[in-house]
Amino acid sequence: MEQPRDKTLDFTSDGHILVFDKLCKNYQLGSVELKVLREIDLVVKKGDYLAVMGPSGSGKSTLLNLIGCLDRPSSGKYYLGGHDVSTLDDNELSAIRGRHIGFVFQSFNLISQLNVLENIEVPMFYQGMSEHRSKVRAIELAEMVGLGDRVNHRPTELSGGQQQRVAIARSLANDPLIILADEPTGNLDSQSGRDILNILDMLYQQGKTLIIITHDEDIAKHSQREIRLFDGRIDKQWYNR
Amino acid sequence: MFLYRTKRTLKLGIKSLWLHRLRSTLTALGIIFGVASVIAMLAIGEGASRDAMAQIARLGSLNIIVKTVQPSEDQHATGQQQSFQEYGLTYDDAERFRNSIPGVQVIVPVRRVAHQAWYRNRKIPVEVIGTVPWHLETSPIRLVMGRFLSGYDMDYKQDICIIDERVMNELFKFDAPLEQFIKIGSDYYSVVGIVSTQPIAVSSEQQEAKNVEATKKQAGANAGNIYIPLTTAKNRFGEMSIQASSSAGRRVEKVELQEIIVKVADADLVLPTRDILQTVLERFHKKNDYELTVPLELLEQAKRTQRIFSIVLGSIAAISLLVGGIGIMNIMLATVSERTREIGIRRALGARKKDIIFQFLSETLLLTFAGGILGIFFGCTIPFFVTHFGNMPTVITASSLLLSFGISGAVGIAFGMYPAYRAANMDPIESLRHE
Ligand SMILES: Nc1ncnc2c1ncn2[C@@H]1O[C@H](COP(=O)(O)OP(=O)(O)OP(=O)(O)O)[C@@H](O)[C@H]1O
Ligand SMILES: [Mg+2]
Repeated sequence: MEQPRDKTLDFTSDGHILVFDKLCKNYQLGSVELKVLREIDLVVKKGDYLAVMGPSGSGKSTLLNLIGCLDRPSSGKYYLGGHDVSTLDDNELSAIRGRHIGFVFQSFNLISQLNVLENIEVPMFYQGMSEHRSKVRAIELAEMVGLGDRVNHRPTELSGGQQQRVAIARSLANDPLIILADEPTGNLDSQSGRDILNILDMLYQQGKTLIIITHDEDIAKHSQREIRLFDGRIDKQWYNR
Repeated sequence: MFLYRTKRTLKLGIKSLWLHRLRSTLTALGIIFGVASVIAMLAIGEGASRDAMAQIARLGSLNIIVKTVQPSEDQHATGQQQSFQEYGLTYDDAERFRNSIPGVQVIVPVRRVAHQAWYRNRKIPVEVIGTVPWHLETSPIRLVMGRFLSGYDMDYKQDICIIDERVMNELFKFDAPLEQFIKIGSDYYSVVGIVSTQPIAVSSEQQEAKNVEATKKQAGANAGNIYIPLTTAKNRFGEMSIQASSSAGRRVEKVELQEIIVKVADADLVLPTRDILQTVLERFHKKNDYELTVPLELLEQAKRTQRIFSIVLGSIAAISLLVGGIGIMNIMLATVSERTREIGIRRALGARKKDIIFQFLSETLLLTFAGGILGIFFGCTIPFFVTHFGNMPTVITASSLLLSFGISGAVGIAFGMYPAYRAANMDPIESLRHE
């Protein structure tokens, strides 16, 4: 089994890492066509820190799934690192997801049969990292999110906030360039939330590209740029700094 | 790299199988029983086959055995018992065989008489066999002690005998048998040699079916064989025998020889020689008073039957393996749909379709291989019990082990592939939404 082919994404230049061109996502519900995203135009540069806001059901999670190459758009173009995503095959998409993108899902999506450490190790396993190295890195990440003493617990034995932190640790496993987080502080008390925010700030400082969905104005304030979605359209967007 | 991944995937597989121990065990049971029954059935089939072959081979595959049988149609034709009957093989037959058949190596005419043998005050029923010095060439019995018949014995009608081990054990509990005298009828015979006991062969069963009465008399009671020169036998016992028959009192029979064994030099000559013997016999015997047995033919027939037997047994066992395989596929499909969400997560975290296929296929293969190994274990113990308690011979061949192991592997791949493909081809986002 060869190394997952690294589709050389143009992440090195200061160019546009992510470009949406009239991107649409529709769901066919019986005879009704549900337009969840309508002609989204968006450009994200390398190192951007983007906060996506909007009412429930406005299509934020759908947008994030598209960015993360999990879903395919109904129409419009999506360029990632200079590549038209629609031209990439499944293996290439898998490689991009595993290597360059870190997901934090709204519903955590931890594997319930695995303990904390093993959950964090999953992305590293698919990149072929050695067992020892991935273990060391997983412990490091668990300590970073404050779960160093819980590494052998199953997700069901953790609180919602702790699960969320495992999900964040897992998203950082392969040191991805883009981090996509769906309400990463949604289930946390203010102190833990602040810890997470500090981590995000640190990642931003390291030059990662962050796209965060949040309902919390304070968190949005941390970002460099805010986008407000409404009914599948970009309603407003502005820069914080 | 590949090995490393394989190792970790297998580890993962073992873990998830261990998580559902009961389910895994039940699933593997199908394979265990399938493999065990393939091995056991083949072992039993092979054992039966070898047993039959060995029995037939004891008759000698180069031999053609011509036996005297009592013709039955005479009695029915006349509707009444004849008081005198002359039938069976004759010395002339033996002479004709010798003259008319090329390639014949050995001809052994045999005269059998059921009698009592005495030694001191001990008495046992025996079969007295009048034969020739070269008898041993056509028979599986071996000389154990002393000597067999000689030309001198034949020419001068010596009163000597060779006893088999059964007779020795019955009569000579305390004495050394050689040089002792055994009394048969009113005459004494000096023991000059000891041979091994004639193993019971298939032909006796056949004979039994055809000629129940005669066999009962022979095999039922006799405690062993005593070999004497044919010439002596002719002299002492004559050719007449008085038979007590059910309805009409007594009946006198004249039979010269009970058996002529013809041995040819080469297996290719067996069937042509059989045909010649048949023609010769047909010409000189009006009555149907003989029977030709060709062990080689029996052997080939037995082989054919055994092959069919093995195929039938094997197919039955293979069907049970197939059922086991379908059981595995069923469970794996259930597992895949149960773990849909996990599959979605793994895909989102960078797993390729290949990785997912490999993960589920490895679980199936682990199940079938574990099942296969346990199945081989049980498959090897079952024949042991069959042999032990069922008194049936069994033979486990290496090829049957390989075959069943190969089949279980093939079952694993064949029935694991589809669920694994299903898992890999699920849409990641759909499976992430799956509850
Ligand atoms: N598979 C689907 N089939 C049909 N409709 C869908 C599907 N997935 C999402 N939708 C619809 O798309 C719309 C947007 O959903 P989405 O999950 O993106 O909302 P959201 O902005 O993330 O909301 P929230 O803040 O509650 O998480 C919703 O109205 C939802 O009903
Ligand atoms: Mg959402």
